[in-house]
Amino acid sequence: MKLYEYQARQLFQAYGIPVTPFKVARSVEEAVRAAEELGGRVVVKAQVLVAGRGKAGGVKVAETSEAAGRLAGEMLAGTVKGEKVRSVIVTPYQTIEKELYLAITVERSRRSAVMILSAEGGVEIEELARISPEKLLKIGIDPLIGLSQYQVRKALLFTSLSGQPVKTLEEIIKNLYRLFRDMDCELAEINPLALTPEGGLVALDAKIILDDNALFRHAEFMRMDEGEGFEAEARRLGFSAVELDGDIGIIGNGAGLTMATMDMVKLKGGRPANFLDVGGGASEEVVEKAAYLILSHPRVKVLFVNILAGITRCDEVARGLVKASREVGGGKKIVVRMMGTNEEEGRKILVDSGLYPLDSMEEAAEKAVQLARSV
Amino acid sequence: MAILVGSGTAVVVQGATGRQGAFHTRSMLQYGTKVLAGVTPMKGGQRLDGIPIYNTVEEAVRSHPEINTSLIMVPAPNVADAVYEAVDAGLRLLVIITEHVPIHDTISFLRYARLHGVEVVGPNCPGVITPGEAKVGIMPGHIFRRGVVGMVSRSGTLTYEIAYGISKLGLGQTTAVGIGGDPITGLDFIEVLTMFEKDNDTKAVVLIGEIGGDMEERAAEYIRVRGFKKPVVAYVAGVTAPPEKRMGHAGAIISMGMGDYESKVKALRSAGVHVASTPSEVSTLLSKLLAGVKA
Repeated sequence: MKLYEYQARQLFQAYGIPVTPFKVARSVEEAVRAAEELGGRVVVKAQVLVAGRGKAGGVKVAETSEAAGRLAGEMLAGTVKGEKVRSVIVTPYQTIEKELYLAITVERSRRSAVMILSAEGGVEIEELARISPEKLLKIGIDPLIGLSQYQVRKALLFTSLSGQPVKTLEEIIKNLYRLFRDMDCELAEINPLALTPEGGLVALDAKIILDDNALFRHAEFMRMDEGEGFEAEARRLGFSAVELDGDIGIIGNGAGLTMATMDMVKLKGGRPANFLDVGGGASEEVVEKAAYLILSHPRVKVLFVNILAGITRCDEVARGLVKASREVGGGKKIVVRMMGTNEEEGRKILVDSGLYPLDSMEEAAEKAVQLARSV
Repeated sequence: MAILVGSGTAVVVQGATGRQGAFHTRSMLQYGTKVLAGVTPMKGGQRLDGIPIYNTVEEAVRSHPEINTSLIMVPAPNVADAVYEAVDAGLRLLVIITEHVPIHDTISFLRYARLHGVEVVGPNCPGVITPGEAKVGIMPGHIFRRGVVGMVSRSGTLTYEIAYGISKLGLGQTTAVGIGGDPITGLDFIEVLTMFEKDNDTKAVVLIGEIGGDMEERAAEYIRVRGFKKPVVAYVAGVTAPPEKRMGHAGAIISMGMGDYESKVKALRSAGVHVASTPSEVSTLLSKLLAGVKA
């Protein structure tokens, strides 16, 4: 789960990582008041989860509190890269001596967390990583030992900072790792980490992604998903789903098979409306909910279900599909391909209800495409 | 011969009394797998389909010293603890079926297992099957048949799809290993490829990947640099998937352009891997490559 900048800043504060003072505003009045209280030149930042906010006009400088209110008003009435802006933060404009980059994330190939540090932070950090990889330091972290003192020393030496900032950076690195572990982060990133003319270090932005699978340990973030539309509705029901623009709805079990099913539909000349992974061991009720969600989508003409049952059972899938098709009623076609655990029972249930399962994925994809054309 | 599991495999199921655990314990027994015990804390003393249930792995191993493998089907929050218990009890191979395991837990228990020389398959995987000998997992056994193709896959259900095609063709499998779909897994492609290379019965390897991460690219690099001697056929799911959501700058810094379909297929092809464009094309390619080889 991606956190908003203001939530990530709050976590930074709780873990002793210095951030510029900030206030969250959800209206023009709140933004004006925030700017007055902070005083002087401020930055108004749209609170959105989409990447590349700055270049898309989601971060702007205001010289006066009135200007801050106006900018906030514009942002709150609009979108950034298609995402609706529900709140902004107002924070004092910070003069910068130097920008650093500091992040901790999970690196698949190391099977561990990795700290990434650069003495040249900012928006061009990815470009820097490509052109001058030697300017980034990557340190793998043993999960059973944690960040060793020698690793911290190596990081500090790498920055060529001296004096007080070195001590502050040491604290920031240690605190960021503590936050990363405590909060089950997939990513904790500070970009930029600003060196101020006074010799302080302060985070000007905060990016945190929490591991969805660990949210049971962080009840405060287990809030309801706020979004609207098909994908958000699917998430609320516990599915991972993606909305596309065609007319064939796709249900599969397992990410790989579901994607392969979509690939096959496109290969056969069809246009998927969406695809939904019901996951492992889906029960009758789960399949029913998934099928209902897709069948009730206005653009969907045909539902193509491709299930290879291991932990899932074909009879449960069949019962769920039959129920959903009864609820939705006629007009929409269902093409089923299923194989595996309790296959015979499943087939019988489908056939008894007038749904005929097909044997191969290719045959079923062709059938779905053909039906979508004729409806 | 085969890899990882075979006639010498003796299994304890951690989480055997749950709904899924009981169902698949029965299914493994029916397949002929030597499942000797189950473990569910506070349920010791019960029996399930004739096998005894113990409170701890240690007790199970004391009563059945031949146990060398654990199938872990406990709920996600308890997986890390189950792994520590199994490693401490001296088991050699752990197969973790459970999905939605927190990634920090996975990172820690994989490190612990590795330090103790214990192999881990999963989490979020269908398990390992050596057809005709042992099934340690949840895959439908009847789809597989004994043969000459080694399979390694990130996707459980795609493994079934492709295994079915290979079986129908009469080639069959030596062993099929579902390494799991999580970003971080125990055994990875390279480690399983190494095992298949040493296995004399395996005449070709099928590698099933999907978009995301760099495991396919790393496998391709390994095949190329090592000069892997057996033919490899790959299928990668997700050619038409929309691009993955970004993981901050750090995600881009680490992935360095790897992870999408084109990057994977390009890497695999340049390593001499035969890339199938559909799941069913895998068996078509195999039948050409293995013309003359008897299963």
